[in-house]
Amino acid sequence: MIKTCRNLIIAAGMAFAGMTGMAVAAGDAPAAPKQEWSFDGPFGTFDRAALQRGFQVYSEVCAACHGMQYLHYRNLGEAGGPEFTEAQVKAIAAANDVADIDDEGEAIDRPGLPKDKFVSPFANQRAAAAAHGVAPPDLSLMAKARVGGPDYIFALLTGYEDGPEDFDGANYNKYFPGHNIAMAQPLFDDQVEYQDGTAATQEQMARDVSHFLMWAAEPKLEARRSLGIRVMLYLLVLAGLMYFVKRKVWADAH
Amino acid sequence: MSSNNGPKRDFIDPHDLAEPFESNNGIVNWMESRLPIISLVYNAGFSFPSPRNLNYFWTFGMILSFMLVFQLATGIVLVMHYTPHVDMAFASVEHIMRDVNYGWLLRYAHANGASFFFIAVYIHMIRGLYYGSYKAPREVLWIIGVAIYLAMMATGFMGYVLPWGQMSLWGVTVITNLFSALPLIGEPLVTLLWGGFSVDNPTLNRFFSLHYLLPFVIAGLVALHIWALHVPGNNNPLGIDVKGKQDTLSFWPYYQIKDMFALVLFLIVFMGFVFYAPNMLGHPDNYIEANPMQTPPHIVPEWYYLPFYAILRSVPDILFIPAKLGGVIAMFGAIAIWALMPWLDTSRVRSSRFRPVWRWFVFIFLADMLVLGWLGAQVPNDVLVLIGQLCTIYYFAFFLIIMPVMGLIEKPKPLPTSIADEVLGGAAAPDGAAAAQEKRG
Repeated sequence: MIKTCRNLIIAAGMAFAGMTGMAVAAGDAPAAPKQEWSFDGPFGTFDRAALQRGFQVYSEVCAACHGMQYLHYRNLGEAGGPEFTEAQVKAIAAANDVADIDDEGEAIDRPGLPKDKFVSPFANQRAAAAAHGVAPPDLSLMAKARVGGPDYIFALLTGYEDGPEDFDGANYNKYFPGHNIAMAQPLFDDQVEYQDGTAATQEQMARDVSHFLMWAAEPKLEARRSLGIRVMLYLLVLAGLMYFVKRKVWADAH
Repeated sequence: MSSNNGPKRDFIDPHDLAEPFESNNGIVNWMESRLPIISLVYNAGFSFPSPRNLNYFWTFGMILSFMLVFQLATGIVLVMHYTPHVDMAFASVEHIMRDVNYGWLLRYAHANGASFFFIAVYIHMIRGLYYGSYKAPREVLWIIGVAIYLAMMATGFMGYVLPWGQMSLWGVTVITNLFSALPLIGEPLVTLLWGGFSVDNPTLNRFFSLHYLLPFVIAGLVALHIWALHVPGNNNPLGIDVKGKQDTLSFWPYYQIKDMFALVLFLIVFMGFVFYAPNMLGHPDNYIEANPMQTPPHIVPEWYYLPFYAILRSVPDILFIPAKLGGVIAMFGAIAIWALMPWLDTSRVRSSRFRPVWRWFVFIFLADMLVLGWLGAQVPNDVLVLIGQLCTIYYFAFFLIIMPVMGLIEKPKPLPTSIADEVLGGAAAPDGAAAAQEKRG
């Protein structure tokens, strides 16, 4: 115990001293190219259809390995999100088995309800790590937890390449720091069948799921921006009025 | 407030220039004869005679008071929804962001509020540096300010730990580890800070407790700061003393209205960040839950510590002092040295306006701080380390060599005879202004 602590202290000491090359390893991937999103800019909003398609990609592809522990099924019907109808939300929730206890305290599986959290593909982190070597990260906040956000997710999902000949890692990804990514290429053309008839190219699916993950990470984005407009207008008008009040008050002082 | 029975002063008590508080209201006078709090508020916040030439840099005192109250108010509500436990802290912050009514607004306002609190305090400090507000008779006022700044640093640092993201955990690990460099007491002190042998739940709990406590300590220090301000009154851009009533304007309405206008402008920028770039000043890694088994590739503190972080990293092994200890001494010394400024500066001219050479060293110092701040966020390499060392040398030379020497060798420009002459173009105060002031009393 003491020894681990000492090692930790030494490691952290080296990190802060910064004279080592510890930080260089992550720096060799190119920055993700900027994409165009409907939520760009101060007035941007989410594209409902893209969010619904993105959710479909998540639930049919990503959800096999990645959980989204901070989302509830009810969120899918809330304003500013994919805005599925109440019936759709109930159906989506009910398609998942949720572990619960019954009135006698016995463990049961029951159909999911809108109030439930997204069901995780694994019982716990250790089970996830045992199945994959590395536990697949939770996706709830992924679009805010990486430099580049949705641009990075899109770049990563479309960034699988053969890699150089001397590459001996698991999978080569142009945009992943260090290029050696544990996740195999997840998206291939026509992997899902979009309900709205959109052609499910790899790029389209990557774009839709990145869009969806941005909403998942920042579900109050639209509420924030619309309140922001009112707050900024209020402050600008107040500033104008205050300017004239100040001038009037100071008129006799100079 | 009057100095009639106080110690002798070689400057005017500004409150002597104001009309004494009077009221015809029976209830007010009943209260005044028992607890003269109404006259205290009136004298301190309304009639207070302030130099008539204060520019917009002087509005940051009021802005800072606002930010302190703003941070207290948003913080107290956030605590109602936050859980200080390593297993639940991160999730409780997400609960605030997603399920608490306007929780996202509270949290973004509080997190960005910390940054804007620091922006305001840095402008306030630079104003004091440039206009010589630290010089006699305002030494104690200045030192209390340095204490407030230190308390703000500690509060901001501990607040950044509370969301329990990766940068929270690893930032606190790196910074608390600094104390282990101290000889003898270092390691026990780190154990005490952590409440154990690693950064864990006890660390989060005690930092949460102190993050809640320290803002009230700051509020107490601010009260002392304002008290100390009211003894000699405000410095001013000319840096010369108030000589009489003609040099002043009453705080109400002149400066209250000016401060309010400046506050609204400040809020426009602040709210612009809250609503349109709420994560710009944060780090993406703090949206990853803390994981003691995984060190982030590049640990950076909050932006407002970066110049000092760069100084910390710039110090090499010097003789028998290892780099880590030297860095810690330099980092804390870089802040402590501000408290010595009233005595390090040998010039009796306050305002840099009248110090033609010195003011350029001040501008270089500000550029030096910006470069250090940029360096603090970079992954160091040989060139950057060298630049950091040069900047660190200038930082200390500014205080220890330039500050005392310039006062001795520089020939300042002639000072104006009075504030009123300078502002009103040699004429006495126009009748209108004097009359208006008397009416307001």
